[in-house]
Amino acid sequence: MIDKAVATPAAAVAGIRDGATVMIGGFGTAGMPSELIDALIDQGARGLTIVNNNAGNADLGLAALLKTKRVRKIICSFPRQTDSYVFDALYRAGEIELELVPQGNLAERIRAAGAGIGAFFTPTGYGTLLAEGKETRVIDGRHYVLEYPIHADYALIKADKGDRWGNLVYRKTARNFGPIMASAAKCTIAQVREVVPLGALDPENIVTPGIFVQRVVAIDSSAARARPQAA
Amino acid sequence: MKRYSRDQMAARVARDIPEGSYVNLGIGLPTLVANHLPKDRDIFLHSENGLLGMGPAPSPGKEDPDLINAGKQPVTLLEGGAYFHHGDSFAMMRGGHLDFCVLGAFQVSEGGDLANWHTGAPDAIPAVGGAMDLAIGAKKVYVMMDHQTKDGQSKIVARCTYPLTSIACVNRIFTDLAVIDVTSAGLRVVEMADGLTLVELENLTGVPLVMA
Repeated sequence: MIDKAVATPAAAVAGIRDGATVMIGGFGTAGMPSELIDALIDQGARGLTIVNNNAGNADLGLAALLKTKRVRKIICSFPRQTDSYVFDALYRAGEIELELVPQGNLAERIRAAGAGIGAFFTPTGYGTLLAEGKETRVIDGRHYVLEYPIHADYALIKADKGDRWGNLVYRKTARNFGPIMASAAKCTIAQVREVVPLGALDPENIVTPGIFVQRVVAIDSSAARARPQAA
Repeated sequence: MKRYSRDQMAARVARDIPEGSYVNLGIGLPTLVANHLPKDRDIFLHSENGLLGMGPAPSPGKEDPDLINAGKQPVTLLEGGAYFHHGDSFAMMRGGHLDFCVLGAFQVSEGGDLANWHTGAPDAIPAVGGAMDLAIGAKKVYVMMDHQTKDGQSKIVARCTYPLTSIACVNRIFTDLAVIDVTSAGLRVVEMADGLTLVELENLTGVPLVMA
């Protein structure tokens, strides 16, 4: 019997080694797998490359991980926010490398990794600082920039419900990067509000099929959800 | 001369968005446009973080941290709205499916180049988000901005001095002084604030303008 459910966040993040590339789902705090990030902090892996849309909010989740100085590099589209002071300080001190990627290129590079695409031409960023030094091509009269996929060793994502085969459904805009990151990582770890019995999820509505998911851990963060959080 | 207020600018942009349009409103000033879209017109607001059919802010106490907009503020979903992941959301933006986007800007050039993501200052922390994707992907790119900087420099320029978001992408500029179309024959003034002449507007703008 295949059972991808694990008992604790610590078991879920076991084995993440130093130097790993780790995708972390979420857009701001919506969909951020905070408890998995806390478990990764306790686990202690260092020299990490993190892929996320942002670079952490306040002192929670991703920001707390950055604060440990175990992140060598972050690949993201929008690091600067009103409460990104942890990242801001590390960046200004030269203690973290930033690869800034237009959000659509970030999403497509992640998607491409999951879909086995070797590289793709995108119009986004052509003629800007973010395409400097990159190969370009004119296709049907339009300018494109060559972009490569982003593969990850691990993806930490948050979904609403999952089952023991790893099928996932999400909640509202907390879905964001979860489904594409799940496909792009060698090992995807999903924290869910509830692990439900096999067959309980409507197969017509499964958003991430279990083939993309290796570990599932139930964490009821509804108590945390009720707490007001900074935008 | 009487400058357009923020709300007048937003109402003017809203007038140019017909029923049935799929629209992305950028962070900041453009979000005001939503308040001026007539309630009896079906217009589909898209938010890059995975929703179509975005509704207004929830009433106090009804906020849901899992339902936010691109500015990470709590929003609602209208009846008929949909959620989707980032791959689909940016396919909508990059694949030419949005009819309009409305973006703020630091500068727009007379050729329609847009600069709106980075001041280029050495100590600035750059952040780009979805701006470059909207600029290349929406069928029409509207810019909504003050005509001048706080120290009186025109934000409509011959050549952008700030780092570019995209080349030759802007179709129409809505400022507190005028509505201006970017055309292959140069900048054409559609409307001006009351009491302003074309010569005065041209002097404030510093690049050639003609009446549409």
